[in-house]
Amino acid sequence: MKILSHFGKYVIMIFEVFKRPTKTVVLKELILKEIDDLIIGSIGITAFISLFMGAVVALQTSLNLDNPLIPKSLIGFAVRQSIILEFAPTVISIIMAGKVGSYITSSIGTMNVTEQIDALRVMGINPLNYLVFPKIVAMLFYPLLIAIIMFVGILGGYIAAVYGNLVNTQDFITGLQDTFIPYQVVYAFIKTTVFGLILATVPSYHGYYMKGGALEVGEASTTSFVWTCVAIIVVNYLLTTILL
Amino acid sequence: MIEIKGLHKSFSGEVILDGIDARFLRGKTNMIIGSSGSGKSVFLKNMLGLFKPDAGEIIYDQERLADMSENRQRELREEMGMLFQHSALFDSMTVEENVMFPLRMFTKMRRKEREERANDILERVNLINLNKKMPSEISGGQQKRVALARAVVNKPKFLFCDEPNSGLDPKTATIIDNLIQELTHEANITTVIISHDMNSVLEIGETIIFLKDGVIAWEGTNKEIFKTDNEAVTDFVYSSELFRKVRIAQNKGL
Repeated sequence: MKILSHFGKYVIMIFEVFKRPTKTVVLKELILKEIDDLIIGSIGITAFISLFMGAVVALQTSLNLDNPLIPKSLIGFAVRQSIILEFAPTVISIIMAGKVGSYITSSIGTMNVTEQIDALRVMGINPLNYLVFPKIVAMLFYPLLIAIIMFVGILGGYIAAVYGNLVNTQDFITGLQDTFIPYQVVYAFIKTTVFGLILATVPSYHGYYMKGGALEVGEASTTSFVWTCVAIIVVNYLLTTILL
Repeated sequence: MIEIKGLHKSFSGEVILDGIDARFLRGKTNMIIGSSGSGKSVFLKNMLGLFKPDAGEIIYDQERLADMSENRQRELREEMGMLFQHSALFDSMTVEENVMFPLRMFTKMRRKEREERANDILERVNLINLNKKMPSEISGGQQKRVALARAVVNKPKFLFCDEPNSGLDPKTATIIDNLIQELTHEANITTVIISHDMNSVLEIGETIIFLKDGVIAWEGTNKEIFKTDNEAVTDFVYSSELFRKVRIAQNKGL
């Protein structure tokens, strides 16, 4: 029952976000700031993780290729499939739940406990529109980040495979192109867009409705991370069932 | 002027405000005093529209808050300034940006005009040299003054202050009190202050309401509060050793 109550409150919050919009000029600036904080600020760490993850996938695949009948190009194929289908959209989103989600919950939660949200409300500003709407718009650019991550992940796999003498460039590229289905990229971007919306709203919900002081801000960040991950994993399964 | 008629508010069956009738006058510093848990903050939040009363009326310049459309309520909020107990400055903005915030949200002023108005008011609260600092880089007393500057920068008709000098040293508290009173008189603002600081009450309490257990136990001015025999008020006022000694001296005619 408690979960249902939270879900209902979350849905109401989403509707509230779009009511009584903030002044357009202010909103534009807030959106640009959020794009910088949430998207551009995450490129470094996610690209770093992706580069090495691509490399590890290449190494693992190579180590398991002990049958001479299986072509070496499978390394490129495995890197492409794992990075595009799951690693870039899903695993990176879980990493983002830790990085961006905690930041969102703690920043909104701190504003909550220090009466900054009340200050906005007293001034007649819709705090949800002011604080959450720019984050939702910024996260619409999340697929762009994931596109970069896909490229870097495959590059990592290429570097590890080719410069580690596991496969030659030609075979790796053959594997990359083998039975390529463009719809799988579309599927990955649809997933990413939905995960982006989860990443913007679930942590905002936990920050906005938390009660207490500094200790509770920390607790809210942890709870927010757990529930964002749960939401991503469940939605990932549902979308995969529907779209593939 | 703000009028309150028969205000009731309960939470989970516990009565917090039990039929409050009050008037807060324009151009005066109107104080609400009382011990912790007496219902002061709930009273203020009802007036601000942050809580919905169970019964009763809140009337702003002869306009009932409950009858106002959402747009009218929004306009009314633009005419309000609020000084929060812990300042509630926006962490991500400089002092100057904090003060300019209401102007940015509610006026069509150009940046230069906004800066000029913000710096004028910062000069008024003696903080012009701190305008580029972040709130975390200034002291609690300075934060309170910035919050006061933000509350009055858009020339509000109504100013609400929630324990404006809690946590401040006596000297800084007096500076804040005097600033609030000066600005109230200059701009003819209806100011409502919540406090349990007796120094503030004596300094600037032009009208005083004493709340106890959700009802008004006494009403008067800062000149009358020492003369009253109301037991609830005397218990509250003379809980301080200093004020007890003042009363003994008064009784002895010293």
